[in-house]
Amino acid sequence: MTKTGFVIANLFRKKTRTSLTLLSVIMAFLLFGLLQSVNHIFDAGPNFLGATRLMTQARVSFTSPLPISMVPKLEAVPGVTRVAWSQWFGGIWQENQQLFAFAVDPKRHHDVYPEWVMPEDQWQAFAGTRTAMIAGKLVADKYGWKVGQKIPISSNIFPQKNGSKAWAFDLVGIFDGRDEDWKKRALNVYINYDYFNEENQFGKDRTNFFILKLADSKQAQQIAQQVDAMFENSPDETKTQTEKDFNLSFVKQIGDIGLIVRWILFAVFFTLLLVVGNTMAQSVRERIPELAVLKTLGFSDASVLGFVLAEAAAMCAIGGLIGLGIATLFGALIEKGSGGQFQLNVGGYVWAIGLATIVFMSIAVGLLPALRARRLKIVDALAGR
Amino acid sequence: MSESMVQIRNVTKVYERGKQKIEVLHGLTFDIPKGDFVALMGPSGSGKTTLLNLIGGLDQPSSGEISVGGNRIDRLKSGELAKWRANNVGFVFQFYNLMPVLTAEGNVELPLLLTKLSAAQRRKNVAVALNVVGLSDRAKHKPKELSGGQEQRVAIARALVSDPQILVCDEPTGDLDRKTADEILGLLQVLNREHGKTIVMVTHDPKAAEFARRTLHLEKGTLVEQAA
Repeated sequence: MTKTGFVIANLFRKKTRTSLTLLSVIMAFLLFGLLQSVNHIFDAGPNFLGATRLMTQARVSFTSPLPISMVPKLEAVPGVTRVAWSQWFGGIWQENQQLFAFAVDPKRHHDVYPEWVMPEDQWQAFAGTRTAMIAGKLVADKYGWKVGQKIPISSNIFPQKNGSKAWAFDLVGIFDGRDEDWKKRALNVYINYDYFNEENQFGKDRTNFFILKLADSKQAQQIAQQVDAMFENSPDETKTQTEKDFNLSFVKQIGDIGLIVRWILFAVFFTLLLVVGNTMAQSVRERIPELAVLKTLGFSDASVLGFVLAEAAAMCAIGGLIGLGIATLFGALIEKGSGGQFQLNVGGYVWAIGLATIVFMSIAVGLLPALRARRLKIVDALAGR
Repeated sequence: MSESMVQIRNVTKVYERGKQKIEVLHGLTFDIPKGDFVALMGPSGSGKTTLLNLIGGLDQPSSGEISVGGNRIDRLKSGELAKWRANNVGFVFQFYNLMPVLTAEGNVELPLLLTKLSAAQRRKNVAVALNVVGLSDRAKHKPKELSGGQEQRVAIARALVSDPQILVCDEPTGDLDRKTADEILGLLQVLNREHGKTIVMVTHDPKAAEFARRTLHLEKGTLVEQAA
C-alpha cells in the first residue's frame, strides 16, 4: 500500500456518491472544453493562412449593402482573379422553413466556387433563365425538390414591386459538393441576381458582400489590406476578411459570444464548486474518527491536510481529465461531421486553461475540509465531541 | 523491571467547557516500570482515559511532568509529539478504529508509511505482526469481513508493527464477549511477557484487570490504591 493508494481507496469508499460527483465534474469539464474552444475561435485574431478567397463587406455591417459598381475596382487589384457577389435573400419555404438563399451572378459564382459541382447544362440554364434557382443537394433532398419544378419561396426582407413577398423560381439545377467536406455544406439555395435586382422593391445594384478569388493564397492578407485601404474615407468603407472569419462574424451578430460563454462557464463551475465542495465536506465529516486515528498513529497535521487535499485533487483531476478528453474527442467528431465548418479544436490552449482550472478547483473544494481535518483535536474527535 | 518507562510527576489536567473549568486529574505522581502491564481502573469520569491520553501523547497536561521512555513529552510541540507517537507508542481502542477501506494488511501497514522502510520491508514487517496476532490467513480481508475479536487482533498488529516501547489500550475488550476478550487479553499478556512490551490498559472489567501485573485505581482524578 502507498499513500496514493490510501487516498484513492478513501475517494471511492462511497462508490455511488463518488461516481455521481465525478460525473458532474466530467460534464462540467466537457462543457468547459467545448465552450472554451468556441470562445477561443471567437477571441482569435484574423488568420489569412491558406485563404484562397476573401469576403468584402461594408465596414459597419454586412447588412449595409455595397454598390455593384465596386466590382471593376476590386477586379483591378493585383492578385484578384475573379469577383463574385452574394445578396442575402431571406428565403422562407412553406410555413416557416428558413432557407440559406442568396441572389448571385451565376457565371461569376460558378467561377469563384469550383467546389460546387453541377452538370454544365444546368449552370447554363441558371445563367440563361431569368427566374432560375439552383439548390444544394441536401436541401433539395430534404424538401423533395426536383429539377424543373416551380418553387414558391417568400422573402422575409424583400417585397416585389407589386408589394408581394411571395416569389417563385424555376429550379434548373441541383448542385453538390466536390468532396466529402463540401457535400456536407450543400445546404444553400442560389437565385439569379438579375431577376432579384429588377423585381425587388428596395435598393438597386447593391449586394451584401463580394467574394474575391485569389491567384495566390500567400497574398491574402496584403490584398485584404489593399482593398480596405482603397475604399477608406469613401461612403462605402469596406472590411475584407477570410471566409472563416466572415462566417464567424455572422454568429457574432447574436451578441458577445465570449461573454455569453464565460457566464455559462461561471454558472457551471460555481454549481460544481458547491456540489464537489459539499461532497468533500460530507466525506470529511463522516471520517472524523478515522482522521483522528491517523493523527494518533503519528501522521502530522500537515499530512492529514495533505490527504484531504489530495482526495479533492484526485476527484477534480480524474473528472477534469476525462471531461477534457471527451471534449477533445467530441470536438474532433463535430469538426469532422460539419465538414470543417465548426472547428471545435480542443487544443493545447484549452487544455492549459483546463489544467489550471483543475488545480484551482482542487484547492477551492478541498481547502476548507482539509483545514478542518488539520485542526482536529485527537482527544475530542475520538470521544465524538 | 526497576527502570521507569513512565514517570508522572504532579500532573494535573484541566478542561475548559465554556466558562467552566473542570480539573480532571489532581497532581498525580507515580511511575510505571519498563516491562510492566498496568490496568487502570476506576468509575466513569475518574480520569482513566485522560491519564491514558497523556501517557500516549495524545494530549498535554495542564501542569506537571510526563516522561515516557526518557522523553519529556509534556514539552513536545504538536509536530514533535506526532513523530514521537509514531516511533514509540502503539494504540489499541475499544472499537478497534480500523480504516474500513483498507484490508487487514493495509491497516497494519499504515503506521509504516511514516517510516523510510521499502515496500518489501514493510510487507515483511506486516506479515510478522499479523503472524504474532494469529491472523496471517485474514490478511486480505477488510474489517467488515472480520469478527470483533479478529478486528481487535488487527488493531493490536497495527499497534505492534512499528515495534513501540509501550502499548496504550483503552478498554480493548469492552466490545467483545468474554471468551474473545480473554483471548485478546491473553495475547496482550504474551506481548508483555514474551516480547517485553510495557502495557497500560484502561478497563472497567475486573476480570480483564486480572491479566495485568498490577492495577491502579483512580477516583475523581486521584490515585487511591495500587494493587499488585
